[in-house]
Amino acid sequence: MSANLPFWTDLIVSTLIVLGTGFALIGSWGLARLSTFLKRVHGPTKTVTLGIGCVLVASALAFARQGELSGHELLITLFLFLTTPVSAHLLIQAALKLDPASGPPPPPSR
Amino acid sequence: MILTHVLPLATAGFTLALALNTWRLLRGPTLPDRILALDTMSVNALALLVLVGLRIGSQHYFEVALLIALLGFVGTVVLSKFILRGDIVE
Repeated sequence: MSANLPFWTDLIVSTLIVLGTGFALIGSWGLARLSTFLKRVHGPTKTVTLGIGCVLVASALAFARQGELSGHELLITLFLFLTTPVSAHLLIQAALKLDPASGPPPPPSR
Repeated sequence: MILTHVLPLATAGFTLALALNTWRLLRGPTLPDRILALDTMSVNALALLVLVGLRIGSQHYFEVALLIALLGFVGTVVLSKFILRGDIVE
């Protein structure tokens, strides 16, 4: 299907896909490499979500250019951007319950 | 034209990301680590499905991707609630 896209659409879609792949790789690398859970949770929740958003927007562009725009990609993007903070919040609460000492130190009292 | 060269690269990148997530899923010292790795794996699998849809030029894969997004979120919330409360149905 990619053969019949105009040049500029092709370029923009390809750039968005490469950007999204890079973001997802960096996020997964952070999930695998960082030292504590509270550091590791940054990679998937922010970086990978941004990468998936790039890929979904690229797909929506490619299909819209052929006159077959459906709301599915934008719906998935909206859903992911809404739900990722919620699940990250619940995961951090669970981690703090399992190991309360891993949290940040309490603020100094005066 | 560029897209035909970029799609295999992107597929390889997301497969590598899935492998990194699998490593964290198997190793992860704590339980939230494993849940987080599973959540990230569902998101990366969703991206692979979107790439397959782009490659074939079919829109039927987006409904599968939407289902994976929904089930990944529900699974993460249920597992976290289970750790938090020790029970799912309250």
